Amino acid sequence: MAKVIEPSAAEKTLDLREMTDARVSLGRHGAGLPTQAQLSFLLDHARAREAVWTSVDRASLTDRLNRIGLSVIGVDSMAPDRSIYVRRPDLGRLLAPESTERLKQAGTGKGYDVAIVVADGLSSSAVDLNAVPLIEALSPKLTTLNLSAAPIVMANQSRVALGDPAGEALGAKLTIVLVGERPGLSAADSLGAYITYGPKSGNPDSGRNCVSNIRDGGLPIREAAEVIAALVKDMMKTRVSGVALKAAVAKLPPSNV
Amino acid sequence: MAYKTTIEQTVFRFDDLKTLLAKATPERSGDQLAGIAAEGPVERLAAQMALADLPLKSFLGEELISSDDDEVSRLIAERHDPAAFSAVSSLTVGEFREWLLKPETTHDRLEAVTWGLTPEMVAAVSKIMRLQDMIAVSAKRRVVTRFRNTIGLAGRLSTRNQPNHPTDDSRGIIASAIDGLLMGSGDAVIGVNPATDATDDYIRIVSLLDELREKLAIPTQTCCLGHVTTAIHAIERGAPVDLVFQSVAGSEKANRGFGVDLALLKEAHEAGRSLNRGMPGANVMYFETGQGAALSADAHFGVDQQTMEVRAYAVAREFDPLLVNTVVGFIGPEYLFNGKQIIRAGIEDHFCGKLLGLPMGVDVCYTNHADADQEDMDTLLTLLCAANVNFVITVPGADDIMLNYQSLSHHDAVYCRETLKRPPAPEFEQWLSEIGLTDRDGALIGEPAALSNYVRSSALIGA
Repeated sequence: MAKVIEPSAAEKTLDLREMTDARVSLGRHGAGLPTQAQLSFLLDHARAREAVWTSVDRASLTDRLNRIGLSVIGVDSMAPDRSIYVRRPDLGRLLAPESTERLKQAGTGKGYDVAIVVADGLSSSAVDLNAVPLIEALSPKLTTLNLSAAPIVMANQSRVALGDPAGEALGAKLTIVLVGERPGLSAADSLGAYITYGPKSGNPDSGRNCVSNIRDGGLPIREAAEVIAALVKDMMKTRVSGVALKAAVAKLPPSNV
Repeated sequence: MAYKTTIEQTVFRFDDLKTLLAKATPERSGDQLAGIAAEGPVERLAAQMALADLPLKSFLGEELISSDDDEVSRLIAERHDPAAFSAVSSLTVGEFREWLLKPETTHDRLEAVTWGLTPEMVAAVSKIMRLQDMIAVSAKRRVVTRFRNTIGLAGRLSTRNQPNHPTDDSRGIIASAIDGLLMGSGDAVIGVNPATDATDDYIRIVSLLDELREKLAIPTQTCCLGHVTTAIHAIERGAPVDLVFQSVAGSEKANRGFGVDLALLKEAHEAGRSLNRGMPGANVMYFETGQGAALSADAHFGVDQQTMEVRAYAVAREFDPLLVNTVVGFIGPEYLFNGKQIIRAGIEDHFCGKLLGLPMGVDVCYTNHADADQEDMDTLLTLLCAANVNFVITVPGADDIMLNYQSLSHHDAVYCRETLKRPPAPEFEQWLSEIGLTDRDGALIGEPAALSNYVRSSALIGA
């Protein structure tokens, strides 16, 4: 009688998981997910929702920034609470009048080169975890470039474009907005950096450069700080940001690159 | 022209047709964001009452966006068929709702009136219909389309297998596609949203999917959801393009935001048809839409987002698509705030698309900043099956790792087959059985050697 050769387990079952980070080969019971896969998905969703709906710990962030010698000014957008904020992106882009005044008073008269604005965006976890380390890595690089920096602006219920009126009120030549990105299931703590030369209310998004997915497991803090500093350097030289930046850098005389 | 209703001595006045439609729309955040929504439930009801009394004919006399400024309005006016309209031309919007619901209004009658209806008439009647009303009417209206198989037959449900990958990695795409096939998903299309719009990547992706389909002899079609101009370039370079995809919206300006106009869509349609890859007379276009697209492009002209959405269907139906789906919960809470709003929008979009003769599917989905979860998706999916939706989209474990949102899981397709008794397209159903994925009763039985061997033999995919 011929011997039946059973395929080994490795041959029999595909290892799709080795080929993609997607949730493949989860297994099933009828149409249902295995219990562990179901609960693990729900945990990821819970984390993402928590990132959207909880507030940034402003006191702790301010304290940590003060300890590395940076002063902080808190500002608010025109969105009074989270529930209105997610429905009204337009309000999240506007600076509240009292906040505008506060920033104007903080202006030195001769203005600043750079203003860093920390915006909660859609993920408080991203800001809580990644904003201070990124600023800590970035600040010395700005100093090396001989750029004067405004106090750190900590913006509540804020979208990216709030950096425009904030930078304008401070009299800054350039803003770096560090914003909590819309959380995905696989990562709820991605920070984005949007850099704009000549911040002014009504600037189009095409006038910004973006460095995204800054987090542990994404773009590491140190690399992000390098990329941001390089962009800042190019923008200060060309006085241009956004989609037109590449062409402007190409036009710089070789000695100036 | 102004419209009025009186409720207990309070007179509610609506300045024009678009104001009336906006105020009559069930609550959603997008219309509130645009500043055109009803002040509250009573004003909304007053608008719905005025709308119910409005003759359907009024929509032929007052344009929401002038044909002088907008090619979508011109298309709607040109394509209106008075002979088809005659069956309902004497009715008010309220009477039209009742006509739709009557058992005597069969599939054939609904089909006959298709080109007599404008998007605005269909949007209007949906605003005074409950979910159950819309489901009851949609369930009567079959829209059947064909490429390599037959989609939209009564009592069946097709699925788009969406094997996206954050960097368009070939092996990642194949792994994800196989995961879906193992659960019987992919008869509507195996379709990838590319991370880039480069023509080379587009060609690599369609070639990869075509090889998979060909080697496993799957009676389905494939698609890379790049821009139509990329598809046209790829077709010129001889790429195996089954379906030509484009996102569309309800105004010329909004479509310009997507980088298209009607002339370009016509060119793309002709390019797709020239390849003759499907059966004779096959439908070759695939469109996606979604409420809020026009508003987000600042191209809504004060018209409510649901009416703008239905106007996009006038664009889609011009090109005999194989597939159209609304990506209902993708756009975010500023347009559809929560599960309730997403569910209503999904049922509305499907109903309105079907009445206008579209092979309508739905991407049952949400983002993490919307107030929605998997249970809302369970509800919407179950309702859509009751409404005889043509297809839904499924991804591994409901998590799209490229677009960062939650769609349905391939598992949900299994639920539709096994609990709701919705088999896939007949040709695909037969293939599932022949390749050994399903038993005689259509139940999934496991991983056939043909699929395992395909993946193993293609270890060099993308190398």
